[in-house]
Amino acid sequence: MLPLAFLALFFAWPVLAIINLGLREGGVLKALVEADTWELVGFTLGQALASTVVAVLAGMPLAFVLARCKIRGLGVVRAAVMVPFVLPTVVVGLAFRTFWPDGGVLPIVLANAFFNVAVVARTVGGLWAHTDRRAEDAARALGASRPRAFASVVLPALAPAIGSAAAVVFLFCATSFGVVLVLGGSRYRTLETEIYLRTVELFDLSGAAALSLLQFAAVLAVLVLGALARRRRETALALRGREELARRPSGGEWYVVGAAFAVVALLLLPVVGLITRSLSTRDGWSLAGYVALNTRGDRGTLAVTGIDAAVNSVRTAFDATLVALVVGVFSAVVLVGLRRSGARFAEVLDTALMLPLGVSAVTVGFGYLITMDALPGDFRTSPMLVPLAQALVVTPLIVRMVLPVLRAVDERLRQAAATLGASPARVWREVDLPLVGRSLAAAAGFGYVVALGEFGATSFLARPDAPTLPVVIARLMSRPGELNSQMAYAACALLMVVTVGCVLLIERLRVPSSGEF
Amino acid sequence: MALELDSITVRYGRTTAVSGVSLTVADGEVVALLGPSGCGKSTLLRTVAGLEKPSSGAVRWDAADLAGVPVHRREFGLVFQDGQLFPHRTVAGNVAFGLRMQKVEREARDKRVLSLLELVGLEGYADRRVTQLSGGEQQRVALARALAPSPRLLLLDEPLSALDRALREQLAVDLARLLREAATTALVVTHDHDEAFTLADRVAIMSRGRVVQVGPPAEVWSSPVDVETAKFLGCSKFVPGSFVGLDVERVGLRATALRVDPDGLLEGTVLERVHRRDHVRLLVEIGGEEYEAVGPVSVGDRVRLAIDLDGVARVG
Repeated sequence: MLPLAFLALFFAWPVLAIINLGLREGGVLKALVEADTWELVGFTLGQALASTVVAVLAGMPLAFVLARCKIRGLGVVRAAVMVPFVLPTVVVGLAFRTFWPDGGVLPIVLANAFFNVAVVARTVGGLWAHTDRRAEDAARALGASRPRAFASVVLPALAPAIGSAAAVVFLFCATSFGVVLVLGGSRYRTLETEIYLRTVELFDLSGAAALSLLQFAAVLAVLVLGALARRRRETALALRGREELARRPSGGEWYVVGAAFAVVALLLLPVVGLITRSLSTRDGWSLAGYVALNTRGDRGTLAVTGIDAAVNSVRTAFDATLVALVVGVFSAVVLVGLRRSGARFAEVLDTALMLPLGVSAVTVGFGYLITMDALPGDFRTSPMLVPLAQALVVTPLIVRMVLPVLRAVDERLRQAAATLGASPARVWREVDLPLVGRSLAAAAGFGYVVALGEFGATSFLARPDAPTLPVVIARLMSRPGELNSQMAYAACALLMVVTVGCVLLIERLRVPSSGEF
Repeated sequence: MALELDSITVRYGRTTAVSGVSLTVADGEVVALLGPSGCGKSTLLRTVAGLEKPSSGAVRWDAADLAGVPVHRREFGLVFQDGQLFPHRTVAGNVAFGLRMQKVEREARDKRVLSLLELVGLEGYADRRVTQLSGGEQQRVALARALAPSPRLLLLDEPLSALDRALREQLAVDLARLLREAATTALVVTHDHDEAFTLADRVAIMSRGRVVQVGPPAEVWSSPVDVETAKFLGCSKFVPGSFVGLDVERVGLRATALRVDPDGLLEGTVLERVHRRDHVRLLVEIGGEEYEAVGPVSVGDRVRLAIDLDGVARVG
């Protein structure tokens, strides 16, 4: 029941408070009749759809290479695909601004897709790596050409994974905050940035609540669709190990491999651009931005130095990861137990745990703002608030990474341990823990980088005297001054280095097919 | 009286997997639950282990009801069809697991592990990874692991079914010797009658959730309780007892009941012949009826056949 209590207090309550606020003040009706609102909805969904299409198209060749090819440099590809997904949104926003200084729709779509290529490549690739190649061979033996075999055998088998990946990507893009804020400014607004702007700059709480409600409804719909796709995927396939399926590409397959490497190059472009930008000033190459990290920015833009913010980031993300690990692992264990006993409740809990992933971080941050005053003590200004909000964002990811591995542990292995005299707690320690240990460590590392880069909720909740690095970056970018933007780029580069380091570490810990992301 | 099953019924939702089974296993006795797949024998075994809860009825050990005793306190060893060894432990680590749960001292533990590995014929395998073992070796380790904590009762769930035939027959003999030598009380689930007869002192035939017959292997083999059981035990043809000169209403014939013999009393025409491992099996037409028989002749031959009572089972 611990995960449910956590969800209730730090997720359901804030969200319900927003719903209440939106309904009570009649904001919903008002918002619904405004033409402005529908324009926002239209743009939000439109850009999400476009981003999803781009991400799926770019992700498919990568999925193929990751799943089916035995070539050199596969580890590099895997890491290069993973890096964008965990890069802080603000960093990605800035990276794309080095190419499109004025922002716009195209960079928004590309940046959103940039993030989510990893989701497609991993989810689809994960299934692809384990679908039996012999079905394809059978189709070829029956006279189907290679493209025909792909279209009539492979694609249908992958459809559930593509569907569920697209649903998740759509969700992420529709609720994307940092990227749109940095690249859209006040010209191109989605529901998400509008909620932020109305709350923080216009103090229109009921209007913001109404928009949150609208978004929540959309998210719920997409999640349910995703759950349906997942269920089908879990039942229908005979899976096999990757090792026996991967082989060197041949003939036309090399074109696909080429496309995959082109995508990788494109993914690396913003990263390289960002680092170049952090080192170049009007007067040529310079480390000025990095040196400035030890200051409070141009004319005291910040309340603390960049280094202080970095230290604070590291500490906050650590707390968040710890909370998320406890809640996430506990939830996963409960879910496995419930699923085993065939309880219907398991599916409800499963979907409930995914909700924070889809409900925008901004909504969560906003909800905290209007509810946490009611808690005893000075919780609203407590330094624990930011880690808790980040933990909420990270927990679903950890559940998704650990759950499949736990489910893959043969139940009879636990039974064998029990018949040998191991109590349930001992079985968990002796059997489950050693078997999921690596993926647990990977999940922790993964959660850590996501917490490190979390921007949506943190930007609402971080106190001015204890900001995290992403918050500092956004603040620096919003103020004039060459030094400020130089410092922002340097901070981005720093954050990126830490992130990439974590990803490389995770890759080393990776267990075959450990989860969906 | 060691293990006593008292009218056990196990239901999953609306399906009844085991229905009112009563059975006893005496101290040191090996009993086989034999039946086709889906007859409920594995469910029954899992119920004894405590992995399933009976809907009604009781599992007793030395007259004490085990309903409130969880799996890990029953001291019943369990061997699965496919080993289910702990992949993250070595061979010795697997065998030592139950001893560690019993908090046995390290020295005594190591000694016991070595003696068990010797018992199952795997000396020198202690430090191997279990993932490097062959199927037969894995099953031996699984057996050693289950035996290590000296369980009161050993439960074997199709212990040899995942192995190929030659290995299976060899291991069945080894296992039988091992169980006898250690005077182990055991309940074995199997769908293979050769395996059951090799291992068990008594055989319980199961069909559709019920135990239909219990007895020593020879008795069950020669006198199946009904036609269905007889068919399961290899009888392909049912005729009145007078056909083979016995004073019973009905008998079942196995292929070996009719043997090609120039002095035989029956006469027929060979319709088909198939080579089996150690004999040639025939399909012979006798008086308009088809019978199975054995013997070295060709299709189309007119042959005389003698009756071999070893291949005849009294039914009912």
